[in-house]
Amino acid sequence: MARINVTVKLFAYFRENRFKISEQEIAPGTTVGDIVDSLDIDREEVGVLMINSRHTTFETPLEEANVLAIFPVVGGG
Amino acid sequence: MAEKIYRVNMTDLTSSIEDVPAAWAAHGGRGLTSTIVAAEVIPTCHPLGPNNKLVLAPGLLSGTVAANSGRLSIGAKSPLTGTIKESNAGGTAAQLFARTGVKAMIIEGQPKEDKWYSIAITPDEITITEETELIGRGNFATIEAVEARSEEKRAILTIGPAGEMRMASANVSVKDPDGGLRSNGRGGLGAVMGSKKIKFITVDPKGGKVEIANPDGFREANKTFAKALVDHPVSQALGQYGTNVLVNIVNESGGLPTKNFTLGQFDGHDAISGETMADTITQRGGKIKHNCHPGCVIQCSQVYNDADGNKLTSGFEYESIWAMGADCCVDNLDHIAEADRIMDDIGVDTIETSVAMAVAMEAGVLEFGDGAGVCRILKEEVGKGTSLGRIIGNGTGSVGKAFGMTRVPVVKNQAIPAYDPRAIKGIGITYATSTQGADHTMGYTIATNILNVGGKLDPLTKEGQVELSRNLQIATAAIDSTGMCLFIAFAALDDEKCLPALIDLINARFDLSLTGDDVVNLGKHILKTEREFNMKAGFTSIDDRLPEFFYTEPLPPHNVVFDFSDEEINTFWDF
Repeated sequence: MARINVTVKLFAYFRENRFKISEQEIAPGTTVGDIVDSLDIDREEVGVLMINSRHTTFETPLEEANVLAIFPVVGGG
Repeated sequence: MAEKIYRVNMTDLTSSIEDVPAAWAAHGGRGLTSTIVAAEVIPTCHPLGPNNKLVLAPGLLSGTVAANSGRLSIGAKSPLTGTIKESNAGGTAAQLFARTGVKAMIIEGQPKEDKWYSIAITPDEITITEETELIGRGNFATIEAVEARSEEKRAILTIGPAGEMRMASANVSVKDPDGGLRSNGRGGLGAVMGSKKIKFITVDPKGGKVEIANPDGFREANKTFAKALVDHPVSQALGQYGTNVLVNIVNESGGLPTKNFTLGQFDGHDAISGETMADTITQRGGKIKHNCHPGCVIQCSQVYNDADGNKLTSGFEYESIWAMGADCCVDNLDHIAEADRIMDDIGVDTIETSVAMAVAMEAGVLEFGDGAGVCRILKEEVGKGTSLGRIIGNGTGSVGKAFGMTRVPVVKNQAIPAYDPRAIKGIGITYATSTQGADHTMGYTIATNILNVGGKLDPLTKEGQVELSRNLQIATAAIDSTGMCLFIAFAALDDEKCLPALIDLINARFDLSLTGDDVVNLGKHILKTEREFNMKAGFTSIDDRLPEFFYTEPLPPHNVVFDFSDEEINTFWDF
């Protein structure tokens, strides 16, 4: 099956020794959790996940042209 | 040290130190300022006239070694909103007020002569002194001069030129441990202090200490409490990136109000983000972490240097950076920092003033994105009190009226802060129903709508938002009474040991046996007291609404409007 293209964005300290933004070609069916694991990010440290500016979960499969944003647990106000 | 009420009458320049009435004994911080304002201020009075009162109160735990207990509440009838107002800030004043034995300080009346004064508080004495030298000075010069007059370690509260000119966005500034400023920012309390002709207040406890009824229990509870705070990941992120870590996440969610609330995302977000700011601070030799008051274990404040390595500003907050940045489309962090410093110096609320500036930009006073122009207008117009400066200094609503604008983001005439209520619906309920005008801190649904703290609730659906806002507003009113920084709430929402430890601290401090239910009931009582004052001042449920454009102009990228019916909003008060 043809691979799909997604954009992955990292924030705060998740960027350290990784990247800020990356275009990735992935197999269809790859989930958000698969991407997090492939980046060697501890799922426990993940606070917020968004696809195309909507909150999502580790279990959600990515689709063509999705923008996935991965944030650690953060706060402010 | 026994706690007393320190009362100052500015009409006849007299003062008294009074016993605490039984009805006020269990209150502190916001609960106490709102109780006193409701009891003693005529709700229909003019906020800048002699019948308004400025009430200052440390929290129930202020002055103790309890972590993060250094918030000072100031209350009055607000000249900006016409409602009851409580605004709290860090700095050293809450702790030193408490150690002086001040349960609350009440300033009433108004001098008949056109003279300015300072007030000095010690445990045994209130001294009112005429002040001539520092009138017209900015906050930084005032603090420097007042510090130079005494070797004692005193708290200093000041107003800048904006407060002297009674602008409705004027704040009360509190010195932090390093001579920086923290601000009781919202609602124009600096104008109330200015209307009473008080340039500054000093507080010197003369070595006084707060008595603890059960010191061992207190120590134990504080250990558990501080550990809950330190261990929570949000506390750690706040230390590293400050509150400005929120720019990117709120932008990503599509709820970052941009270009006077016409867009939900800002192209320049990366340049003004917490990540960029942390890198810049490190490169320029500033401080990533900084205490706004001794005993804070989170340290969300920071020192931001200019390109030459000199301190430009501190306590550089997300809301200020959002307002001057995204809302005014300024993507230059140095311009925003410069504007932040000028606003601190002239003594205006950074949220109110910056949102006002964005409305002025839409009105054509200056171009969106003109950071240098913003700094010039702040210094030359607002700071000097020109006609334009007074229009801006009187807030967002004032600019909207003066220029005939319809997109004016205020509730009860107070500027809406850094989260768009169309894309983050829970916070819209807080803005609408807050007893004090639009204020994110009154019930911070962002935690649950965006940050997944204290559970998860989709920001774009209506379901559950009223209840979320209600629960948070009740809890916040209680926390605001303890002197605790609101940032303890992240740990309190997630760590089951945190809130019981906080209640244990209060019980050990006063020899009480409060339960969680008592704390919830306290929060409800405070909200109802505040609302009752507002109703007597002429407010109705019709005032609990957002401006029309939020209902009619869809916000990109989600293209959503605020779609709660009046009836749905009104259910907020069903408790």
